[in-house]
Amino acid sequence: MATDSVKDVVLSPVFKNNPIALQVLGICSALAVTNSMSVSLVMGLAVIVVTAFSSMFVSLIRNHIPSSIRIIVQMTIIASLVIVVDQVLRAYAYDMSKQLSVFVGLIITNCIVMGRAEAYAMQNGPVMSFLDGVGNGLGYAVILLIVGFVRELLGSGSVFGLTILPTVQSGGWYVPNGLMLLPPSAFFVIGLMIWVLRWFNPEQIEKTEYRIVANSKAKIKETANV
Amino acid sequence: MASNNSIKKTLIVAFSLCVVCSVVVSSAAVVLKPKQVQNQELDRKSNILQVTQLYKPGDDVEEKYAELITPRVVDLKTGEYSDDLDPDSYDQFDAARDPATSRTLSGEDDIAGIGRQENYSTVYLVGDPDDPEQIVMPIRGQGLWGLMEGFLSVRGDGNTIVGLSYYDQSETPGLGGEVDNPRWKAKWDGKKIYEGDDFQDPQIQLVKGGASGEYEVDALSGASLTSRGVTNMLRFWLSDEGYAPYLARFHDDSQGGA
Repeated sequence: MATDSVKDVVLSPVFKNNPIALQVLGICSALAVTNSMSVSLVMGLAVIVVTAFSSMFVSLIRNHIPSSIRIIVQMTIIASLVIVVDQVLRAYAYDMSKQLSVFVGLIITNCIVMGRAEAYAMQNGPVMSFLDGVGNGLGYAVILLIVGFVRELLGSGSVFGLTILPTVQSGGWYVPNGLMLLPPSAFFVIGLMIWVLRWFNPEQIEKTEYRIVANSKAKIKETANV
Repeated sequence: MASNNSIKKTLIVAFSLCVVCSVVVSSAAVVLKPKQVQNQELDRKSNILQVTQLYKPGDDVEEKYAELITPRVVDLKTGEYSDDLDPDSYDQFDAARDPATSRTLSGEDDIAGIGRQENYSTVYLVGDPDDPEQIVMPIRGQGLWGLMEGFLSVRGDGNTIVGLSYYDQSETPGLGGEVDNPRWKAKWDGKKIYEGDDFQDPQIQLVKGGASGEYEVDALSGASLTSRGVTNMLRFWLSDEGYAPYLARFHDDSQGGA
C-alpha cells in the first residue's frame, strides 16, 4: 500500500474509481441536494472535509482500536465531525445550511465516509488516509456538481443562480422541466453518467453474474418418466 | 494486537474517545452559538424588511431595521397592544405550543391547519408606531406538503396589502414553490382585504384563470392545493380569529383622522 502515489490516491476516485458512479455509494444525498449548483457545491465541500478528517483521525488511532468496537469508534469520529461541520455551516453559511437542512446531518450515514474509514484508513497512514478521503470526497463532489448543473439548468434555467435560459414564469421563453427539480431526475442523470463513464472505461463494466440458459433438464425428466 | 481486544483496553479506548469527541462537539456548539443566534435574528429581520419592499440589496439589515421597524405585541382577541410582554423576547411559536398561552383550534375553525393558536402575536410597525405606514404580521398555515410560514404586510389603513412573502415553505419546486417567485409576489401590492367597513369577513383570495378586481390574486398554476392553503391561511389570520380586531382599529383611526 505504501506504493500508492499521492496523485493516484487523490485522482483515481474522481473518475476511475468514483464512489458514486462505480461503487454506487452515497446515492441518497446525491438525489436530495442536487437541484441547484450552489447547494451541491457546499454539500460536496462538507463531504470532502468529513471524509478527509475522519479518515485521518481513524488512521491516527488505528493501532489502538479494538476490533470488536471498531465500527462504532469510526461512527463516533464521523458523527462528531459532521456535527462540527453542521455547526460551522449554521454560523457562517446560514442560508445554505437552511437549504441543506437535514442532509448535512445525514452525511453520517453516507456510505462513502464509513467505507473509506473501514477500507483504507484502518490499513494506511494518516497522511495517505487524509488524501484518500479528499480524493473520494472530490469524486462525490464532482458527480454532485455535474448532476446539479444539469438539474439546475434544465429545471430552473440557471447556473449558480444566474439565469442562462430565461423561464416562462419570469417572462422568458424557456419552459422549465419540472421533473428536473424533483429528486427522481437525479437517478436519470446519474444513470446516464454511469453509462458514459463505462463507455470510456470499458473495464468498469461488471461481468454478468449469471445467464439464463435454455432448460435442458425437462427433456431428461420426460424420458425418465417414460 | 491481542492486547487491543482485552476488555480493559476496549473500555479505555471507548471512554477516552467519547470524552475527546464530546469535548470537541460541545466546544464547537458553544463557541459558534452567538454567531448562529445572530444569523437567525438577521434572517428574521431581513425577511421582515423584504416584505415591506423598503429593503434594497446592499442595505445594512440591522441599521435599516432599527431605523424603520418597531415591534409590538398584540392581544389577538381584543386587538389591543399588550405592554406586559416584551416584543423583543416574546416568542409566539413557543407561546403557541404552551397550553397556558394558546388555544386549541378544532374542525371548522382551523381552516389554516395550524392546530394551536397563540393568544398574543408580535407585529412589526413600519415608521411612526402611532401612525404606521405599514403593519407586518406573521402568518402561517398548511400548504400542500407542510407548514408555510411567512409575513403579510398591509398599509396603515389596515386594508391594503403591500406584500406577502414566505420564509419557510416546502412546496413542490417549480409549482407551489413559485410562491417565492418575485413576479407572483408583486401581484399582491395594492390588493384589498376587506370590503367597506366589514372587518369581519376577509374577501381576499386566490382565483384560477385570471384574477379580476381588488380582492383577487392569480392562483399559482399547477398548484391548486398550495393556492388553497394560501387563501385559507389569509382568511384565517385576517378573520376575527386572527388580526381582524387589531386591523379594524386602523380603519377607525384613519376615518377619524380624515
